[in-house]
Amino acid sequence: MESLTQTIQAVPLNHYILLSAIIFSIGVMGVLLRRNAIVIFMSVELMLNSVNLLLTAFSVYRGDAAGQVFVFFIMALAAAEVAVGLAIIVMIYRNTNSIDINVLNRLKW
Amino acid sequence: MTTLIIISVLPIVILYLGLYKVQKALLPVTIIGLLAAMTAAITQWNDSAVPIYHGMMLFNNFSVAFSVVSIVSTILILLLSKGYFERISSHIAEYYAIILFSLAGIIVMVSYHNLVMLFIGIEIMSVSLYILAGIRKKDFASNEAALKYFLMGAFSTGFLLFGIALIYGASGSFDLDGIRDWIVTHSRSNDPLFYTGVMLIIVGLCFKVGAAPFHFWTPDVYEGAPSLITLFMSTVVKVAGFAAFLRLFSACFFTISSFWAPVLLVITIITLFIGNITALYQQSFKRMMAFSSISHAGYLLFAIVALGAGSANSIFVYAAAYSIASIIAFGALILVKQQTRTDNFDGFNGLAKNNPFLALVLTVSMLSLAGIPLTAGFIGKFFMFSGALAHYNTLLVVVAVVNAIISIFYYFRVIIAMYFRSAERAEVEVPAYYKFVLGISAIATIVIGVYPAFISALI
Repeated sequence: MESLTQTIQAVPLNHYILLSAIIFSIGVMGVLLRRNAIVIFMSVELMLNSVNLLLTAFSVYRGDAAGQVFVFFIMALAAAEVAVGLAIIVMIYRNTNSIDINVLNRLKW
Repeated sequence: MTTLIIISVLPIVILYLGLYKVQKALLPVTIIGLLAAMTAAITQWNDSAVPIYHGMMLFNNFSVAFSVVSIVSTILILLLSKGYFERISSHIAEYYAIILFSLAGIIVMVSYHNLVMLFIGIEIMSVSLYILAGIRKKDFASNEAALKYFLMGAFSTGFLLFGIALIYGASGSFDLDGIRDWIVTHSRSNDPLFYTGVMLIIVGLCFKVGAAPFHFWTPDVYEGAPSLITLFMSTVVKVAGFAAFLRLFSACFFTISSFWAPVLLVITIITLFIGNITALYQQSFKRMMAFSSISHAGYLLFAIVALGAGSANSIFVYAAAYSIASIIAFGALILVKQQTRTDNFDGFNGLAKNNPFLALVLTVSMLSLAGIPLTAGFIGKFFMFSGALAHYNTLLVVVAVVNAIISIFYYFRVIIAMYFRSAERAEVEVPAYYKFVLGISAIATIVIGVYPAFISALI
């Protein structure tokens, strides 16, 4: 465990912050630009996982377990969200035979 | 904390009742359980509030007041649901259970003392609402509302979480007191991580409460979801969002208000104008109510922009007035829609002739939403404006008064349609439950408007 912490700390904290920010931005871009509901959904997961990475890095650098515990909460709630979200996407697929969000224009976007 | 436990156990009991097909007992058991939870909350009024569960929750007067408002609004909404869910599906226990789970999340949101609980509360509430928005499985508008709400909700959660992570990185704590102490001891330092975190949290929370420019999901979701669920989202959920917003900013970020107050000021002004001006152009009553809820989010943001000792109380009064008036408006909409099959303004034509009671309570509700004196809405706006004036935010108050005048136009369209347009129509049947809820709400609106003293100094 000690060696793992040292391995993580071998990389400067700023690199973790930059990497997380880049992954987060990729996720945001994916949500805004892609038209497939599943891909949008994956982009959201990317955003959440960049947060997990960031929290873990901060947690190791501060020697404080609270950040890593938060990561578990995020994972659990993201799983709950996936369950509901995929069910909604399946429901839409049954009605329209498509998961392209461009068909969702009955209400003005 | 008994409130949270009762509200978490109650939906499980409801699910069992549904399993054993005791359909008749669902509503009474839910109401009795909620009344018990409310009593449990009220008994904790003025107790010495210390953080419990290792500093995760703090059940102080603020939480008690907002829990009670949420529970009372939920009870009134559930009374309107009599006979509503049966038309959607025969398995109605699940609907009650999911609404109650969502309420459990709301109780967490108004009594958190740690950013972990803020996140968990928001998620419990939102995940339940994603399901509720889509309960009409064959209806395309309901599907679309569920997907849009889900994608936008998950997206905004990402921003909120990134903000929380950055604040943790800067201050090393999720605890509200810990963060506040860190800000006090590092008041001169200019930590970019921390300030970026605050901005991202503002973005995430503004998404949740539907403030412009993050409001674009609101009208579609509110229009597509079933009316009763829209009512729940635009009252209880919005109030909880603002309670969580205020709790975070008044407990933690109070000392750095010179940093975020200008941002929120701009957001407030944009929200007011977008909400009110777009509402003018709507033909659908339901969509008009969605835009009106955006503009009310703008008024509620006043209390956070002009943060002070009275902020909690002004949000409380405004939220109570707004929730009661919305319950009347949507209750009337559900009844009218059952007869006319449309939610346009035309559906209300000539309502006063055959349904004087319905027209009267809807008039009271519209006057209250518009903020006419002698209604609760006026008292709410009065508190908000005087709070802003105490901080010399004259620009904000001028903008708000202009917007209040604009809003009178679209609220009065309903009243004009009911009283001055004629249409051939039969009497709308008003069930006893609806009479009770609409009557109580209208009386409460006028009582708060005429005699605000008993509610104005609670928190």
